[in-house]
Amino acid sequence: MSSITLKSLRHSYLQNPQSEEDYALRKIDLTWRDGGAFALLGPSGCGKTTLLNLISGLLKPSEGQILFDDSDVTSLPPDQRNIAQVFQFPVVYDTMTVYDNLAFPLRNRKLPEAELDERVQRVAKMLSMQNQLKHRASGLTAADKQKISLGRGLVRSDVNVMMFDEPLTVIDPHLKWELRSQLMRLHQQVGFTMIYVTHDQTEALTFADEVVVMYEGQIVQIGTPEELFLKPRHTFVGHFIGSPGMNILPCDWNDGGAVFAGHQISLNGNLSNPASTSKLQLGIRPEFIRLASEGIPARIQRVDDVGRYRIIKAEVGGTSLNIYANEEVEIPSDSLHLDFDPDHTHVYCDGWIHEAKGQS
Amino acid sequence: MINKTINQKAWFMVLPVLALVAFNAIIPLMTVVNYSVQETFGDNLFFWEGLKWFEEVMRSERFHDALGRQLLFTLLILLIEVPLGVGIALTMPRQGIGVTICLVLMALPLLIPWNVVGAMWNIFALPDIGLLGKMLNGVGFDYNFTQNTFWAWATVVAMDVWHWTSLVVLLCYAGLRSIPDAYYQASKIDGATSWQVFRYIQLPKMKRVLTIALLLRLMDSFMIYTEPFVLTGGGPGNSTTFLSIDLVKVALGQFDLGPAAAMSIIYFLVVLLLCWVLYTLMMRNETN
Repeated sequence: MSSITLKSLRHSYLQNPQSEEDYALRKIDLTWRDGGAFALLGPSGCGKTTLLNLISGLLKPSEGQILFDDSDVTSLPPDQRNIAQVFQFPVVYDTMTVYDNLAFPLRNRKLPEAELDERVQRVAKMLSMQNQLKHRASGLTAADKQKISLGRGLVRSDVNVMMFDEPLTVIDPHLKWELRSQLMRLHQQVGFTMIYVTHDQTEALTFADEVVVMYEGQIVQIGTPEELFLKPRHTFVGHFIGSPGMNILPCDWNDGGAVFAGHQISLNGNLSNPASTSKLQLGIRPEFIRLASEGIPARIQRVDDVGRYRIIKAEVGGTSLNIYANEEVEIPSDSLHLDFDPDHTHVYCDGWIHEAKGQS
Repeated sequence: MINKTINQKAWFMVLPVLALVAFNAIIPLMTVVNYSVQETFGDNLFFWEGLKWFEEVMRSERFHDALGRQLLFTLLILLIEVPLGVGIALTMPRQGIGVTICLVLMALPLLIPWNVVGAMWNIFALPDIGLLGKMLNGVGFDYNFTQNTFWAWATVVAMDVWHWTSLVVLLCYAGLRSIPDAYYQASKIDGATSWQVFRYIQLPKMKRVLTIALLLRLMDSFMIYTEPFVLTGGGPGNSTTFLSIDLVKVALGQFDLGPAAAMSIIYFLVVLLLCWVLYTLMMRNETN
């Protein structure tokens, strides 16, 4: 196990990248500490898989360095980096038995047969596959095949990092929970550094101590699930995380305060005046808007009952926004007033959060 | 009670197909069966002979020899074409302009009419003026496919390999292309050698297409006629007289319709049996 450091990492699939758009990864600086569980979250095409393949060595970066602990592995091939990877689609060696599949990476590393057997048995037990060791791998279910892919990493003692590239895509929904909790238990037991790539926010937030959110080849925020929820550093994070996501509302700046649809919005902290040329937006999560007797007047467009709560879609001055409402809250029939919680209302300049000085 | 619409008229819909199949398969086959149990004379005179022709063919040394040559030929070309085809498919590019070029080059031999292939190779291999024949003689071989049994065989086999290896290549290539990249990446991480990649990933994934390739080549090579007929005419002597060539000699050369008919039925059953055995073996392997 080791920590992973990415230094000014850039990658382009083109021979001669000209502009920023030619880079699949714009510029990544990042440190993942030893033994943590990290998620890489982002929409399709944001560069998550590229980053993963750079770390595993399946791709060579155009620029920058990758360090495992203090050693530079940038130019090492995958088999010398001591990593393990579980792919989106289960990879098993069809003609081999489950046992041989698990033993394969060890045999290639010339491990003595006795030690090999002991390790394979132990991993099979961890994955609760002891009874299937003699079965041929081709006949297994997708979930079991995915467990074998994981097991081929677990048997190795030298693994620096385990990487998961959307591993639950082909798994039935009811098995997803089971596999996920099994994986989390294994992580606690074995303590490997884990990088988990996904576009599913629930997966990322339940798994990881720290989530890295990527968008268009850049890291837009690194934080705990709570930080991502309470203080998105970029409108993309606000919008992408949460269901429904953060309300992003156009606003103006007037005398040290934000104005939305003609109403002064109270904010926390002393915000400096943002540059006048930048595009200003107000971000507030549906959870932090309250229905009130006075405040910003809004018109209700639709109410969706999601079971334990309702989502009100309302309109203020031509902008529509979502509001959470508990079952017990009484919703007026057409018009209502909204109250934004100042603690959780953020101002965004050109997409990035605008903060008071001295705060971070 | 459920009211089911019963419309027996629908049967008439299959009549055209039935007529067609009867016309081009069943009727000719039954004619052959008919010939195989009778002695034929001019003036449409037929006499019942029972299984006499079958016994005669089964005992005939000429048939045994032709069958032996046929088996040897098929074995040889399978042994060459299948590994060669797999090998070429493995070395073909996976992306870029090279893919199209290779595919077109590979498809070319398959597009040439069979008798043209025979004629081409005939001229190509002529010892005095053909490129191949002249060259081989030039480097010191006593090459003459019309007089020497070994060279005749070598030329026929080479011609078949040239003509049909592409089929194996194209099928295998299609099989290889269907392997997701993740397999190669996982094997790299597992530290597999390129032989192991071939043995545990590529070969198992190619198994289905290889089965098809093998069956197609088995059947086709067993029925080969046109190319060796044009190239060697079955000679020198009878050395390249395969079953189909022998059959035509008996049926149209000597006009012995009875024995020829019996022979074609036996021939048909042999092909059927071989394919069945091969198919069963491969499928049994699959399910285990």
